[in-house]
Amino acid sequence: MTTTSPTTTAPDLGPAPLPTAPGKGRARFKIGAGQQLRGGPFTYVALVVVGLGSIFPLYWTLVAASHDQQRVLDTPPPLVPGGKLWHNLQAAWEQAHLGKAIVNSVIVAGCITVATLFFCTLAGYAFAKMRFRGRGVLMTAVIATLTIPPQLSVVPLFMMMSDIGWGGKLESVIFPTLVGAFGVFFMRQYLIEALPYELIEAAKVDGASNIRIVWSVVLPVARPAMMVLGMLTFVQAWNDFFWPFLALNQENPTIQVALGQLSASYTPDQSIVMAGALISTLPLLLVFVIFGKQIVGGIMAGAVKG
Amino acid sequence: MATTTPARGAYTPPPGGTGAASNGRGTWRSRLWRFDDKASPYAYIAPFFLIFGAFGLYPLLYTGWIALHRVEMTSLDQSQWVGWDNFAKILQDSEFWTAVTNTFVIGVISTVPQLLVALGLAHLLNYKLRASTFWRTIILTPYATSVATAALVFALVFRADGGILNWVLHFFGAGNTDWAEGEWTSKIAISVIIIWRWTGYNALIYLAAMQAVPTDLYEAASIDGASRWQQFRKVTIPSLRPTILFTIVISTIGSMQLFGEPLLLQGGTLGSIGGSEHQYETLSIYLFNYGWKLGHLGPAAAVAWAMLVLLLLIALINWIVGRFVRKSAA
Repeated sequence: MTTTSPTTTAPDLGPAPLPTAPGKGRARFKIGAGQQLRGGPFTYVALVVVGLGSIFPLYWTLVAASHDQQRVLDTPPPLVPGGKLWHNLQAAWEQAHLGKAIVNSVIVAGCITVATLFFCTLAGYAFAKMRFRGRGVLMTAVIATLTIPPQLSVVPLFMMMSDIGWGGKLESVIFPTLVGAFGVFFMRQYLIEALPYELIEAAKVDGASNIRIVWSVVLPVARPAMMVLGMLTFVQAWNDFFWPFLALNQENPTIQVALGQLSASYTPDQSIVMAGALISTLPLLLVFVIFGKQIVGGIMAGAVKG
Repeated sequence: MATTTPARGAYTPPPGGTGAASNGRGTWRSRLWRFDDKASPYAYIAPFFLIFGAFGLYPLLYTGWIALHRVEMTSLDQSQWVGWDNFAKILQDSEFWTAVTNTFVIGVISTVPQLLVALGLAHLLNYKLRASTFWRTIILTPYATSVATAALVFALVFRADGGILNWVLHFFGAGNTDWAEGEWTSKIAISVIIIWRWTGYNALIYLAAMQAVPTDLYEAASIDGASRWQQFRKVTIPSLRPTILFTIVISTIGSMQLFGEPLLLQGGTLGSIGGSEHQYETLSIYLFNYGWKLGHLGPAAAVAWAMLVLLLLIALINWIVGRFVRKSAA
C-alpha cells in the first residue's frame, strides 16, 4: 500500500523467458541496479529449499494423521499419506470435543475480528485525518502498548475474570483482545495515504456530521485495508494460545486449547494428536490458499513504517 | 472551503462572524457542530484506551499489588499482605534463574539465525522472480500455523524413538539423540520451531523495507564500482537499520513470551516444568507452573514483574548499543 512500486507487485509472469539461461545468470552481475535484477538459478534453488522446509512440517502432519501411531513411529517412517485419516480424524473429534472447540474458536475469532475492524478503523481514521489536542502523544502511547507482553497481566486478569463471573467463559478471551494497537496503527497508515482531505471537506460542506462522514466516506475508502486487517486478526485470534490456555478449561475450550489438552493426556496417541492438529490448521490454510496474496501484501504494507 | 453555509470543520476558524450572524438556531447548530468536531476524535479513539485500560494497564498495576500478597488459586478472593516475600522466594529459587538463563539462551539462538536467514531470504525475494507472489505465500505458510500445531508436529519430528529427524540423521552416522532431554539439544529443538514459524514473516518485513530503498542509491554505488556484496553491505543494510531494530525488538519481546513451544515439546507434566531437568523451562512456563499448577498466584505475579524488569534492562542495553553503533558509524 505504501511501498508498492509497480515493478514488484505485479504477479511477475511477464513475457520474458525463464531467466535460468546460464548467459543471463552471469550477466546479472554486470548490471548493478538493485531492484530489477532477475533471480538466477541459485535464487530458485534456494527458494525451493526454503519452500520445502516451510511446507514439510505441514505435509508431515497430514502423513502422521493418516497412519496409526505404530506405523508413524516405525523406522523408516512413512513418507506418503496412508489410509487411516478418517479413522484418526473421528477419534480426535470425539476425544477432544473438537466440535465444540471449533464452534468456540469461530465465535471468539469472529467477535474479535469484527470488533477490531470497527474500532481500529475509527481510531485509525481519527489519528490519520482529524486534528485534536494530544494526537501525537496518544498515538505514541498506542504504539508503546505493543511492547507490553500479555504475561505481565495474566495473573490479575484471571482473578478479575473469575470475579466478574467470566471465569472459563469465552468472554474472558474475547474482551481483552477487542481492539489492538497493531490494527489502529495499520489503519492509520493506510488512511493517511488513501483518504484525501478533499473528500472529507466536501462532505463537511454538504453538512455531514462526523459519524456520517465515517459511514459514507471513510468506510468505503478503508475497505481494502479492512479486508487485510480482518484476515490478519482472524489468523491471530484463531491461533492464540497463551491466555486462552490459562483462562479456559477442558469443558469449554477453543480449538488450540483443546489441542494442547489432547497432547497433555496420559498416553497421547500421536496419530490422533496430529489429526487434531490437522483439523485446527485446515481452516486457516484454506484462507491462506485463497487470500495469500492479500495477506502477504498486508504484512508488507503494515511493516513499512514500523 | 468558503463559508456561506454555517462553516464547520477543524480547519476553518470558528464560524462566529460568518453569514447571517446569530439567528438563534444557526448558532445552536454551529455549536453542536463544533462540539461534534471537538469530541468525535476522542470518541473514536476511546474504545482502544478503554479496553487497554481495563484489560492491559489496570491488570499490569494490579500485578504489582498481588506480587506483595499471598493469593491462592483455591481462594481467589482472599489475600494477605506478605511484603517482599514473594520476590525473595523466586529470587532464591534456582529454578527461576534456570528459567531466566533458558529464556535468554533460547531467545538468542532463535532470534539471531532467524533474522539473518530472513535478511538473506528477503534479498532473494527482491530479485525479479517468476511467480513472486507464490514464493512469498509459501514462505509465509508457517505463520498461518498455530503454536500448538507447530510444537506438536516438531515434537514428533524430534522424538527420540521413531522421530523422523533421527531417522534422517542415521544416514550420516548420527541419530541417537534424545533431543528433548539434552541441555542444548532441547533448546535447539525449541529454537527450530520458532525459526520455522517466524522467518518467512520477518523476510517479508525486510522485503518491504528493501523495496522502499531508492534505486538510484544502487545506481550511484555501482557507478562507483561497488560489488554486489558491497552494495548489500553499504546500501541495503544501512537503509534497513530501523527495520532491523524493529524486528529485533519484536523478537526480543516475543522470546520473553515463549510458552506453547516448551509446554508441548514433551507435553504432559514434563511440559509444565520445562523438562525433567528444567532444561527448556522458560519464564512463562515458570510463571504458569507457579500460578496455575502449584496455585500460588503471589509468586507468579512476582515473576511477571521480574519479566518487566528484564524487558526494561534489555531495552536499556538495546538503546546503549544502538547509540554506540550510531556513534562509531558517524
